[in-house]
Amino acid sequence: MPIPVNHLLSFSLVLFIIGMIGVLTRRNAIIVLMGIELMLNAANVNFVAFSRMHGDLAGQIFAVFNIVIAAGEVAVGLAIIIALYRNKDTINVDEISIMKG
Amino acid sequence: MMFYLLASVCLGSAMMVVTRKNPVHAALFLVLAFFCVAGIYVILSAEFLAAVQILVYAGGILVLFLFVIMLVPLEPEGMRKPVRTARNVAWSLLSALLVAGVLMTFFRGAQPVGQGGSVDTLVAYGGNIEAVGMELYRRYLLPFEIASILLLVAMIGAVVLARRQV
Repeated sequence: MPIPVNHLLSFSLVLFIIGMIGVLTRRNAIIVLMGIELMLNAANVNFVAFSRMHGDLAGQIFAVFNIVIAAGEVAVGLAIIIALYRNKDTINVDEISIMKG
Repeated sequence: MMFYLLASVCLGSAMMVVTRKNPVHAALFLVLAFFCVAGIYVILSAEFLAAVQILVYAGGILVLFLFVIMLVPLEPEGMRKPVRTARNVAWSLLSALLVAGVLMTFFRGAQPVGQGGSVDTLVAYGGNIEAVGMELYRRYLLPFEIASILLLVAMIGAVVLARRQV
């Protein structure tokens, strides 16, 4: 039986919010990256839901590109975390204030 | 009903990801969440995307996460302590109201997935994977090549950043 599209959108909204909670409240930079991954996944669920709803493959193609970007982002992000740990001996995002943000 | 099971498991494990103190546990719950999202893709008949999700996320990205977790020592930490000033509470209420508004918009004009357009056009080529491949290599060939350049740049950037001395 078909799933109502609003249930899918609500699911991805809640997933996005959980990811955002992770990004905003955690101090471990690795878990902040995990939160970003959850948010990207929520966006992908939306793309696939609308692709299915409209019978158009473009949404799925876009989700594939999204996954590519997520992979690159994680590789660079984890490299930055390693460089940070090597230079500052911590990956606590509260203690990394070199740019005074 | 499979969708609701997968969605609730996914949301539960996502919640565990952001609340566990130990990053290894968080990474393992993350892989559970990714598998559930892959299952939802299968339900939505996006089999190619489900395969890519498992290969890239559960295979590649998770191994990368675990590798970095083992490189840097575990420093257990919890969530930030909430700061309950009047301004913060006001902003939180405003955001909650916004989310409630978005949810209400979702449930007003509800339309079942797979009834808007004709789903059969997706399988006209002979399956989702073949259809996605045809689209990727015909209409979206240039973005596809640009994505490969992006991956190359990300790879070089990661190697340069993680090198011993820069």
